[in-house]
Amino acid sequence: MDIFLQQIVNGVVLGSVYALIALGYTMVYGILQLINFAHGDVLMVGALTGLMAIKALQSFVPDAPGWMMLMVALAAAIPTCVALNVTIERLAYRPLRNAPRLAPLITAIGLSIVIQTVAMIIFGRNPEQVPRLMPAEPFMFPVGEGEVLITATQVLIIAMAVALMAALVILVEKTKLGRAMRATAENPKVAGLMGVDSNRVIVATFAIGAALAAVAGVLVASNYGQAHYSMGFMPGLKAFIAAVLGGIGNIYGAMVGGLVLGLVESLGAGYIGDLTGEVLGSNYQDIFAFVVLIIVLVFKPSGIMGERVADRA
Amino acid sequence: MNAMMNQMTDAMTKAFSNKWLVLAVAIVVPMLLSNFGNSGLRALAMAILFVMLALGLNIVVGMAGLLDLGYIAFFALGAYTYALVASPHLIENFEWIAAMFPMGLHANLFLMLPVCALIAGIFGVLLGAPTLKLRGDYLAIVTLGFGEIIRIFMNNMNTPVNITNGPKGMTLIEPPGIGDWHFGMGLDLGFYTIQPLMLYYYLFLILTIVIVYVNYNLAQSRIGRAWVAIREDEIAAKAMGINTRNLKLLAFGMGASFGGVSGALFASLQGFISPESFTLNESIAILAMVVLGGIGHIPGVIFGAIMLAVLPEVLRHGVEPLQMKMFGKVLMDAEILRQLLYGLAMVLVMLYKPKGLWPKPQNEDTITQAPPVLAAGGAK
Repeated sequence: MDIFLQQIVNGVVLGSVYALIALGYTMVYGILQLINFAHGDVLMVGALTGLMAIKALQSFVPDAPGWMMLMVALAAAIPTCVALNVTIERLAYRPLRNAPRLAPLITAIGLSIVIQTVAMIIFGRNPEQVPRLMPAEPFMFPVGEGEVLITATQVLIIAMAVALMAALVILVEKTKLGRAMRATAENPKVAGLMGVDSNRVIVATFAIGAALAAVAGVLVASNYGQAHYSMGFMPGLKAFIAAVLGGIGNIYGAMVGGLVLGLVESLGAGYIGDLTGEVLGSNYQDIFAFVVLIIVLVFKPSGIMGERVADRA
Repeated sequence: MNAMMNQMTDAMTKAFSNKWLVLAVAIVVPMLLSNFGNSGLRALAMAILFVMLALGLNIVVGMAGLLDLGYIAFFALGAYTYALVASPHLIENFEWIAAMFPMGLHANLFLMLPVCALIAGIFGVLLGAPTLKLRGDYLAIVTLGFGEIIRIFMNNMNTPVNITNGPKGMTLIEPPGIGDWHFGMGLDLGFYTIQPLMLYYYLFLILTIVIVYVNYNLAQSRIGRAWVAIREDEIAAKAMGINTRNLKLLAFGMGASFGGVSGALFASLQGFISPESFTLNESIAILAMVVLGGIGHIPGVIFGAIMLAVLPEVLRHGVEPLQMKMFGKVLMDAEILRQLLYGLAMVLVMLYKPKGLWPKPQNEDTITQAPPVLAAGGAK
């Protein structure tokens, strides 16, 4: 029982991160029908610039408290990622908006490679240590004979994710920009006729997605204690799967999909050994996401909460 | 600038369309290179292997318009299939297999090629079946995931039963041969001895010519035209009575089987394979070759594959010493530069020359401009 609850806790933490990243995918996809392949790398850039900012802070204030490092990291990571993602949109996606479908997808893949390689040149091949932002001692909750552990970083991740998602919901549902975004996603042409500047909306979408990815990057880096040039790839891929699982184009779907995927992965990795008689171990953890993806695509391609049907050629 | 590019393309087309000239160059180059040691020959053999892979991927991406980001998985399947039956690995790990084959497992490469093609093709169809009815970008993610799954399995299938030997990879894979003679011994013609690496090269060359021939005929057949129709507008193709599902599956299966054949050849050339050779970066490298040369245009794809396959060697022997001279140290090693150039090539080609560096001369089978409804991207 305690192991089960522990896996649930881990799954919720993992799922919150996936949800934050998935929001960036799903918003862009909702408006442009484009998989922003470089989104995972935006997360990586966020983590690494955040780390650089923390190091700079530590050289001035050697014993800076954790919250201060976090603030500085976010203050550096968010503008960098927003600038990066908006630049990507302007240079690589906008010129191809009317091109055949494959074209923007291929530039996106190429960009992802370029960003990773440039990051490798700047930061090196090896993982960099990220200083601890939160106290290391976990909170313990006794359950039955065992206990469930939650670290302060994990609590922070969940709290930040909930706060950001609530803010995003308010933005999309209550503000003028949000309404413009929804209108553009529904029908860009008609939205344009109604006076919505679709380019402005698209830039705003990329900026918001990048900000969320930046936060996720800093949180992931502080949770695992390290950051490196390829750290964005897997979370990015899984977040995309989470977006598909929830119903791509739907921001609530991305949140639900992220949580579900996090739970599936964490429980799956925890129990796969027992279920298969130790033939498969937790080193197969990365497989669950893709199995989930294939199952969703076969049985319910529109996802848990999706309204869009995937029939456009 | 543009006129110059066009002139260059024209001259290139003229020179390369003379297939006998190309063939003569392809036969003579390794003989010249063989005077300068083995590394050049090895690079050449790898380049032609990449040509095969790129041609296989071109069927899937170029002709049928299905973006496959896990193509290397089929390559891996072929390589591991051949490695299992042509190395001592299974004998060492399973007593019952050792009892069955007291002389050891010595499968013949030439007999295994169709088997590898079949196995990879079956996996291609199995993977395609659930996903091909979906939109192209989903397919990209599913295939990417499939590539990763295959790699994860290869990496972890050493416990509890050692099948793939995990991250350490499989060694002592036998070279191709007939009877007692095998490629490692070279071929003595009396007046000229063909070195082992040259034998591999010529074998790959012959198979590549077969693949090119098959590709050309496919492109001009009913099937090829149906693929182009699907690529340009799937709904219209369906309305014209094309069985889009079966044809897409066929494209996927055929592309995969070419990958499987190249994989087996790769295993026999290297004599050693490990999961490291089958990463996502390799899938993307092959895609970059197809994109750079000209999606869907066979000579273009061959050109792109050779260019990008030779690039790492050029970087290693040209740019690294140049950096040493200019800066006194190597700032960016060849591997990093290669990666950077692959990425940049994909972005720049798509932005400025979306049909590739050597596109089809006449574009009668492509819609040059998307119809306004599709162009809007979101109209329902």
